[in-house]
Amino acid sequence: MEIKVEEKILSANDRLALENRARLDAARVTAVNIMASPGAGKTSLILRTIEALRGRARLAVIEGDLASTVDADKIKAAGVPAVQINTGGGCHLDAVMIADALRQLALDDVDILLIENVGNLVCPTNFALGEHKRVLVASVPEGHDKPIKYPSSFVDLDAIVLNKMDLAPYVDFDLAAFERAVRAIDADVPIFHISCRTGEGLEAWVAWLMQQSGLS
Amino acid sequence: MHELPVTESILEIVQRHAAAAGVTRVVRIRLVVGELTGFVPDSIQFYFDALSEGTIAEGALLEIERQPGRIRCRACGRIYEPLDGQIWICPDCGGLGGEIVAGKEMYIESIEITEGDHGDQS
Repeated sequence: MEIKVEEKILSANDRLALENRARLDAARVTAVNIMASPGAGKTSLILRTIEALRGRARLAVIEGDLASTVDADKIKAAGVPAVQINTGGGCHLDAVMIADALRQLALDDVDILLIENVGNLVCPTNFALGEHKRVLVASVPEGHDKPIKYPSSFVDLDAIVLNKMDLAPYVDFDLAAFERAVRAIDADVPIFHISCRTGEGLEAWVAWLMQQSGLS
Repeated sequence: MHELPVTESILEIVQRHAAAAGVTRVVRIRLVVGELTGFVPDSIQFYFDALSEGTIAEGALLEIERQPGRIRCRACGRIYEPLDGQIWICPDCGGLGGEIVAGKEMYIESIEITEGDHGDQS
């Protein structure tokens, strides 16, 4: 005999993500889930964003990594509250981890919460955190075919940040092919060309972030 | 490690539904998993066997139905299955990409219990 279930496997995560969202909304915090493969420049982008928004917005950061507090230490050194989540072997952040991290932050003193997900182009996309905006950091040395190889990571994004543009002359990165592959998945998502090393293109990204957070 | 929390979730849902129906033994669990979830089910049965030990679902078989990705072309409306590792492009009009209509599913469809093992009858 068979019993109908018809329940989403991640329904518990989805429910908790909605609770996280409600807490963020109550404190008027805009939360941004930043996803990328390892080494694309998530932490560098966050550090650059902190620098650019100093005095313009109150930031906080949640750092997700398998181990260590290396990233959160860098953020705290930049004068911004940071919570480090170590997932052990886990390949992504989930809503439970974010709920715990939110309890450690004074949300009423925060305008924008940047959540650095675990470096991974596969798993994070399946786990809602309660975030308002989903951003993917891609980088030039990874190659232009990432949107073709990992299409599910490029679905439902609010922005794509293409980092390490300063390296474009030295690697075989075909920008037109990258943009064409992105447009095949999402016709409208903004793509910001930046270099965290040189600072090129950061102002447009920061302006977008401010606007999405209702601060400009 | 993605498969571990997913498997824990499956077990929790199965136990809840089985308890609500007064069932004491689950022998089969039918799952639907979309190709666009990036979710590889190979190791799930392995985790499931370990996690379900001593529960009502111990030894249950997981039947995973893969749902192919399906994209609706923005230009002509044709629904097509994107080829793995290739750009999403409409085979009819050549239009780029489109909207996902299937392939993001991830749910438990049903559970099978042993005949006669139902709360109403015990």
